[in-house]
Amino acid sequence: MNFGLLINEGPYNHQAADTAYQFARAALAKGHRVQRVFFYNDGVNNASKLTEPPQDDRHIVNRWSKLAQESGVDLVVCVAAGLRRGLVEDNLAPGFRISGLGQLVESGIEADRLVVFGD
Amino acid sequence: MTETRDEIGLEAGGGVRKKFMFVNRKAPYGTIYALEGLEVVLISAAFDQDVSLAFLDDGVYQLVKGQQTKGLEVKNFSPTYRALEGYDVEKLYVEREALEARGIREDQLLVPVQVVSAREMGQLMEQQDVIIGF
Repeated sequence: MNFGLLINEGPYNHQAADTAYQFARAALAKGHRVQRVFFYNDGVNNASKLTEPPQDDRHIVNRWSKLAQESGVDLVVCVAAGLRRGLVEDNLAPGFRISGLGQLVESGIEADRLVVFGD
Repeated sequence: MTETRDEIGLEAGGGVRKKFMFVNRKAPYGTIYALEGLEVVLISAAFDQDVSLAFLDDGVYQLVKGQQTKGLEVKNFSPTYRALEGYDVEKLYVEREALEARGIREDQLLVPVQVVSAREMGQLMEQQDVIIGF
């Protein structure tokens, strides 16, 4: 199956980003495809390369970057939601790209299932 | 489900029309969900999809007439719901139980809606291809 993911919550503040990541990993491990992960609302903060969690904690941002590098998953940050929160091209972690909300709607159209992770 | 996604023959922008439902569960102010959710609705309409909106829980407050946000210093975006018709977004479903629990009458809403029971709302959701909740 081909999955699209939508993440609406920021990292560390909310479980959504962790659950979405685990879901993506599990889906890929089962041979499914993850067509795109779209970051919206505070979810855009998942893409900030300025993120520096304590060393004994998971690094949510780097985890996404590694996923993109290893599996070619398309990580897309909403431009409007990003601008609102100071998330721009300059502070984007590797593997992420900035684009418009059309990419989310396209994900809904193209994927077999769009799975939403939010509050 | 009567047909698999393979039978629909999906291609990027290939004229595929899916049923999108946006589920609004949060009050219009206090968090950004309602406002940013509405932005997705407008974009999806531009993609020529079969779009509907559902309002449950505190989400029903999004449609109440006479919103005054000056004291909050945030924009009153409720006129946007009136503009949805111009985007061919005309299916607005409001859960009856949510209205009743909050003492809101249908004539206090700023746009024409279909008031449905929670059970009917569930049936509507079952018919959708894509459900996005904010």
